[in-house]
Amino acid sequence: MSADTEATYDAIVVGGGHNGLVNGAYLAKAGLRTLILERRHLVGGAAITEELHPGFHFTTFSYALSLLRPEIVHELDLVKHGFLPLMMPSSFHPTGDGDYILLGGDHDLNVAEIKRHSPHDADAYDRYHHDLDRVCQALQPLFDNPPPNIFGKDPEDLADVEWLLSHLGGIEQKVVHDTVRLLTGSASDWLDDYFENDAVKGFHASSSIVGSKVGPMSQGSGLVMLFHKMGEHDGHLGSWAFHKGGNGGFTQVLARAAEAYGAEIRLEAPVTAVTTREGRVTGVALEDGTEFSAPVVVSALDPRRTFLELLEPRELPGDLVENVERLRFQGTSGKVNFALDGLPVFPALPDTTDHYGGFVNIGPTIEYVERAFDDAKYGRYSQRPYVDAAIQSVVDPDMAPPGQHVMSCFVQYAPYHLRDSDWDTEREPFADTVQAVLESHFPGFGELVLHREVVTPLDIERVTGLSEGNIFAGEFLAPQMYFFRPAPGWSQYRTPVSGYYQCGSGTHPGGCVIGSPGKLASQAILHDLSQ
Amino acid sequence: MIVRTTPFHDRLSELNTSGLYTHWQGYLSALRYGSAPKHEYFAVRNSVGVFDTSPLYKYWIRGRDAERFLAGVLLRDIRACPPGRALYTMWCDDRGFVMEDGVVFRHSDTEFLMTAARPNLGYLQDLVGRLSVELEDVTEAYGVLAVQGPRSRDVLARLSGEVEALRFFELAQTKIASAPVIVSRTGYTGDLGYELTVPADQAIDVLDAVLEAGEGHGMRPFGEEALMMLRIEAGLALVDVEFHNSRLVFTDDDRFTPKELGMGWMLRGLDDDRAFVGRDAIRRELAEGTSRWTSVGLIVDWQDWNRLYRDAGLLPPKDERPLPYESMLYDDDGSQIGHATSFMYSPVLQRHIGLARVRPHLAKAGTQVHLELTVNHHTTRVLARTARTPLFNPERKTA
Repeated sequence: MSADTEATYDAIVVGGGHNGLVNGAYLAKAGLRTLILERRHLVGGAAITEELHPGFHFTTFSYALSLLRPEIVHELDLVKHGFLPLMMPSSFHPTGDGDYILLGGDHDLNVAEIKRHSPHDADAYDRYHHDLDRVCQALQPLFDNPPPNIFGKDPEDLADVEWLLSHLGGIEQKVVHDTVRLLTGSASDWLDDYFENDAVKGFHASSSIVGSKVGPMSQGSGLVMLFHKMGEHDGHLGSWAFHKGGNGGFTQVLARAAEAYGAEIRLEAPVTAVTTREGRVTGVALEDGTEFSAPVVVSALDPRRTFLELLEPRELPGDLVENVERLRFQGTSGKVNFALDGLPVFPALPDTTDHYGGFVNIGPTIEYVERAFDDAKYGRYSQRPYVDAAIQSVVDPDMAPPGQHVMSCFVQYAPYHLRDSDWDTEREPFADTVQAVLESHFPGFGELVLHREVVTPLDIERVTGLSEGNIFAGEFLAPQMYFFRPAPGWSQYRTPVSGYYQCGSGTHPGGCVIGSPGKLASQAILHDLSQ
Repeated sequence: MIVRTTPFHDRLSELNTSGLYTHWQGYLSALRYGSAPKHEYFAVRNSVGVFDTSPLYKYWIRGRDAERFLAGVLLRDIRACPPGRALYTMWCDDRGFVMEDGVVFRHSDTEFLMTAARPNLGYLQDLVGRLSVELEDVTEAYGVLAVQGPRSRDVLARLSGEVEALRFFELAQTKIASAPVIVSRTGYTGDLGYELTVPADQAIDVLDAVLEAGEGHGMRPFGEEALMMLRIEAGLALVDVEFHNSRLVFTDDDRFTPKELGMGWMLRGLDDDRAFVGRDAIRRELAEGTSRWTSVGLIVDWQDWNRLYRDAGLLPPKDERPLPYESMLYDDDGSQIGHATSFMYSPVLQRHIGLARVRPHLAKAGTQVHLELTVNHHTTRVLARTARTPLFNPERKTA
């Protein structure tokens, strides 16, 4: 042991993002002396809330909750530590012609609202959700279990494969077909099977592109749409919630739970290397030279950092290095967060603000969004971007001073690799395109802006460490999912280095704020320790 | 018969975009104001909500013997409630069965304002006898606005200097929008909250002032559907759900004693010299241990709930709307040992919860019971555990 070795732990988690915290909490709950190391001055990774303007609390990156598995809430007793997902009472979709689609918590009223736009689409609305729910139901067990090792030959692997085949074999033919259509096809094609109205289709297409370098007409956008539908809020599939205090409020809850189970969290403790001896992990080394030793080290970072930065590629099998090197990240999202002096006004709804309780979806039609994608294909950010806005302070007034608001705007497309410029140059012009689009839907918007925070994909990478600013820690592409997430043969949270594990969103079933990678990795670790 | 409107109706109806009402004791009462009662529920749990509770019956009870009268009628000892305080209590028949419940606000040595969900004037008048007591039904003279939720204090403190210092179940006279207002730290949500009792003809002025003070604080009106969710989490019994007026039911199966309803805490001082209606029967019940039930909270085992539905090919429902019927409870041996009177999914607790009655030997918190439910048209049972009420009990409620 070197002189700077401070302490020995049973397990060290590298990265205090939500999956690192979940993982550390489970390990501590199981009795392991657990240390969670976070590079920044606060935990949460990409799920943080910061007071960037006095009195205004910004969800700088991730801004709503849905994918989080409810089992984790119960198993880690999160309610006791302040878990509070607030209902988002509405979904608002300006249709670009002055009209809008406004959905809320009442099913029959929602059907009536769809019918206002298209009588044909009114009953399609129910069928659409039912068919999607069936697919989600069929896939849920795959989300809640590690992917079987289809390349393994030991009895445990064979049993896992048999479980998977038997589960798949029990699914109705239509549901299997729908699943494959979604996993391989485009959202646009899928929506065409149900809806005729462009605005109704546009409304439903929005989740098919989030975080991904696809347009709604691209093959593969169905997979992105399906993934987002897999979440729930209080049993409603595909529903979202604002956590009290933003997603940073949620990760603070996780931190309290982890600490209550005995985990130790150290902030401003950047790990530069995972130390190994003879193929076994021995601990970690920090930037300042401090070393901690533990027989178990878990990386909550993305696969590129987990394998290629914290370890030496020479320590890894060549095919794994190659697979990780060719993983596609290509972040394509940015954010512009506003502090507002009041609520924007939508001209067709001048006397009410009830349409601001949830997502405000600026992407009127599939064609609008697809054209926004066209810019990104050629290395430019969208001139007329898609914006998913959320004014969290409407349902959580603690986020802003009374009468004033915070507005989180998730923006696509903002490709990490710009063709003719760089992000530090384009930061403000990029934000101007977003503000211009908002101005076109909400005249007078600009006059409300007190402060704006611009988050480029480069900022996402610099601040959170997510490679190329990919919000999912690896794109949602079929060859990067399930048994292949993050790499063939290494989807069960283990690595070729004995005692070194991975639990970030780059492992199944990440990304989004889901927690499952952290939980499933803890199960793999505890299983190995019991052997 | 025309359903009447409350003093706040003209303004609150403008805010009711759902247009959905029921009636409560003959008064139009909003079921909800928007498309989601759960949204209104969250206003109370996370910011502030207002509820029009005007249909409550209200009686002034005044006179030299008013204290003596109430001490002889009510279960709890009004003599221990000084002016400026309120008292939640029940009253019983002479067999010791609960009739109804209500809140008594003590304004002075000789003046009490009593509220109840059902009419009780005749019953009270019959018990006055030779005492010097005046009873006056002032139900229509006042509107009552409940302002409930973590921000209620901040919002109301902007309107009245009396609010800040009020402790749980205290009351004060104040002025809001030039109107004389009784502000009390009371409510039916289990949260930090206040009730404003205002003269009917000035009710709109007070409501407008409250709504204006609430701007920017996430204030919204909430209806009866949200109230039901809130009161179940708060463990607050509701007449005609958790219990019935003992004089209006056919059998003792539908009659309950205070102890059986979990109100044993109201029975302090039972051995002193205060005679009140039902005292002797209650003393006998306690001495002989004849209570048939204990009231408890229920928390459903989430894993068992999920398993039941998933095995049946269904998505496990998490419905915050309370069940409109009772569900039976069984012990490990399959004997029926109780029933849930209220049942819902609690968004703040993230669990299916209930209020229930079980046989006294199962009262210990954490006792495993089995709740009957129907899945795919078959009756089945889900694991649950008894728990202390209130199931949701934030510190701010009494802090």
